[in-house]
Amino acid sequence: MNHLSLIIKREYLTKVKNKSFIVMTILSPIIMIALFAVVAYLSQLNNNKERTISILDESGQISSIFKNTENTTYNSLSNISLNDAKAQVEEKGEYGLLHIANNEDLDEMSKSIRFYSEDTPSLTLISSLESKLEKKLTDLKLQQGGVDIEKIAASRTSIDIAQESYLGEKTSKIDNVVKLAFGGFAGYMLFMFIIIYGNMIMRSVIEEKTSRIIEVIISSVKPIQLMMGKIIGTSLAGITQFVIWIILGTLLMSIFSLVFGVNLTEMQTPQQEMMQQAVQSADVQNQMQNVMAAIYNLPITNLVIAFLLFFIGGYLLYSSLYAAIGAAVDNETDTQQFMLPILMPLILAVYVGIFTVIEDPHGTVSTVFSFIPFTSPVVMLMRIPFGVPLWQQIVALLLLIATFIFTVWFAAKIYRVGILMYGKKPSYKELFKWLKY
Amino acid sequence: MNNLLVTDSVSKNFGDFKALNNVSIAVPEGSIFGLLGPNGAGKTTLIRIINQITMPDSGTVLLDGKPLHANDIQYIGYLPEERGLYKSMKVGEQVLYLAQLKGMSKADAKKRLKYWFEKLEIGDWWNKKIQELSKGMAQKIQFVVTVLHQPKLLIFDEPFSGFDPINANLIKDEILHLRDEGATVIFSTHRMESVEELCDHIALIHKSNKILDGKLQDIKRSYKTNTFEVGLVTENEDVLRNVIEQKFEVSTADFKSLNDDLKLNIKLKSTETSNDLLSFLTQNAEVNHFNELVPSASDIFIQTVKNN
Repeated sequence: MNHLSLIIKREYLTKVKNKSFIVMTILSPIIMIALFAVVAYLSQLNNNKERTISILDESGQISSIFKNTENTTYNSLSNISLNDAKAQVEEKGEYGLLHIANNEDLDEMSKSIRFYSEDTPSLTLISSLESKLEKKLTDLKLQQGGVDIEKIAASRTSIDIAQESYLGEKTSKIDNVVKLAFGGFAGYMLFMFIIIYGNMIMRSVIEEKTSRIIEVIISSVKPIQLMMGKIIGTSLAGITQFVIWIILGTLLMSIFSLVFGVNLTEMQTPQQEMMQQAVQSADVQNQMQNVMAAIYNLPITNLVIAFLLFFIGGYLLYSSLYAAIGAAVDNETDTQQFMLPILMPLILAVYVGIFTVIEDPHGTVSTVFSFIPFTSPVVMLMRIPFGVPLWQQIVALLLLIATFIFTVWFAAKIYRVGILMYGKKPSYKELFKWLKY
Repeated sequence: MNNLLVTDSVSKNFGDFKALNNVSIAVPEGSIFGLLGPNGAGKTTLIRIINQITMPDSGTVLLDGKPLHANDIQYIGYLPEERGLYKSMKVGEQVLYLAQLKGMSKADAKKRLKYWFEKLEIGDWWNKKIQELSKGMAQKIQFVVTVLHQPKLLIFDEPFSGFDPINANLIKDEILHLRDEGATVIFSTHRMESVEELCDHIALIHKSNKILDGKLQDIKRSYKTNTFEVGLVTENEDVLRNVIEQKFEVSTADFKSLNDDLKLNIKLKSTETSNDLLSFLTQNAEVNHFNELVPSASDIFIQTVKNN
C-alpha cells in the first residue's frame, strides 16, 4: 500500500510538473476562449453591418409591415418607376430593392415579388423577408375571403402537453431536453477523459519501457501496483487539469465580458435572432422557469452517485486496457493495431447513446447497451436522467465491476510479461500466449 | 559456511520453451558468486526469479533458509543488464524515489545518498536530469541505486558494461568493499577476466541446465592436468629434449621470456609430484621458468560448454 502511494505521488508530480502539461493546462482555455471570442466577434461584425433596403410597394398595402431594426433600415419608395428605383438604389449604394407589383389577384401579386441587389443577398435576410411577406399576404387573403383576422389571432392556441407517469411524476418536453443535455454531457465527458488520459497512461508505460528503468522498478514493486499507481496518478493529474480548465475558463470568460462589455452568452447571431422572433417573449420567461423546474426535478442524488461510480468504473476499465497496450509494444507507432478494438466500443457507446436514448431511453437497444460493461458507463449515464430502476443500475454496475476486475487481471498479465519484452511487435496470438506464462 | 541464497530445483517454461530445468544453486554468505553461461542459457530468468519478477513453475527459492517472501525485496539489490533511469527526472529525486520503493525512509535514503555521492565524487549532480548525463555517469547513479539500501544480497548483471577502465576499477573495488562489509554478491557476466579476479564460487548454466558449480579453486583443481610449463637454459636443446622425453610426456610450450630457452610443457603422471620433476630438471639444466598450468575460468567455460 505504501508503495502504491509512492508511485501515485511520483506519477502525479511528474505529470503535473511536466512543461508541456503546464503549457497545455494554461493555454487550452485561453485558446478556446480566444477562438470563441474571435468567432463571436466576427459574426457580430458581419451582422452589425448596417444596411438599407428600399421597398417599392405599388400596392401600398404591404410596406407598413417592414419596421426598422438596429441594423436594417427600410426605405419606402413611391411614385417612381421600377427602373428609376433600381438606378437610385444602385447609385446610393443601398443593399437592395424589394419590388412588390400591384395586382388585384393576391396569388399573382405574391408571385411577382422580386428582390434586386448587386450581390447575392444574405440567406437569413431573404428568409426573414419571406416570412414577413407570407404572413401579411395570408392575412390579406383571409381578409379578402371575409375572415376576421382579430378572431383568428384571438383563437390561436399554444399546446404544451403535460406528461405524467402513473406514479405522478410530471415531465415535459423541456424536461426531456434538459435530461438529454445532462446525460449527453456526462457521457461525452467520460469519452473525452478516457481518450485523453488513457493515452497519457499508455505513453508513460512506453516511456518506462524505452528508458529501460522498468526492470529496476519491477524488482521493487509488483507490476499490478505499478500499473494501478500509474492509472490513479495520471487520473489525479487529469482531474487537476480539468478543474483548472473549468476555473480558468470561467475566470477568462468573465474577464472577457467585463473588459469588452459584451456578454458572450447573450451575443446574438442571426440564427438566434430568428429563433427569438419565432418565440413570443412571454413564452421565453415561461420556458426559463420550465428549464429551472426541469433541472430541479432531475434525480440529482441518483445522478451524482451514478455519475461518480460509472465514471470511475468506466475510466478504470478502459485505462487498464491502455496500460496493457503500452506494455505490449515498444513505441507509440505500434499501438495503432491495438487501439481500434478499444475505441470501437467507446465510439459505439457514444453513438448508441445519442441516437437511441433520444428516441426511447427505455427501449430495447439502449437498455441492452446500458448493461454491456464496455458501453454501459456512457449509455447508462445518458439514460439515468430519464429515471432508470435502481435494480438495473445496480446490475449494470456489478457487471462493470466484475469486468473491471477481469480486465485488470488480464491487463496485469499482459503488462507483467510485456514490460520485459523488447524488440518485436507482438501479435494477438502472442498476447494470448503471454496470459499462460 | 551458511548459504544465504538457495534455489532448489527451479524450473520455468515460457510456452513450449524451457528456460530453466531443475536448477539448484547455493550461494554462500559473504561470497562473490559468479553466475556464468552462454547467451540465452537462462541466467537472466534465474535472476528474475530470485528478484520475484517472474515466478518459477516449480521449485523453491530460499533466502536465509526461509522461502522467498514479497518483503524480501528490501534485502536484495539488483542491477539488471537492461538498465535505465527516468530521463527527465532529477538525479537526487529519482534515487530517493527508488530507495523509498525499496522500503527506506526518506531521511535514511538522503543520508546514505550523500555518503555515496561523496564517495563517488558525484555530489554536484543532484539537480541534474539523467538526460544531461553521459552514459557512464548514469551507470554510476544506477550503481548507487542498487547498493543504497544496504542489501545483504547484491545481484549484478554485467556491471562493468559501459564503464571506462578507471571507473570499472572503481566499481570493482566498491563491490569487493561491500563484500568485505558482509554483503553477498551474485555476479553474472561474460567477461572471464573479471570472474577470475572477483569470484570465489561459480555456477555454469547451459541450455537451461546447471552443468557445473562449486568453489572456483576446487573446480580449477579438478580441471588441472598436472602439466608444468618450464623454461630451460642448455647448450644443446635437442639432447636435453630427448632426455626429458624418455621420462615424461612432453610438448612444445609457447610463452614469452627474455632468454632463448628451451620451452616445454611437461605432463606428470598422478603419482609424480612437482618436486620430482624439478629435481630431475635441475640435474640436467638450469631452470629459469617453472609454472604449473592451471586452467583459466575461460578455458573451463569453453571446455564444459563444448562437452555438453
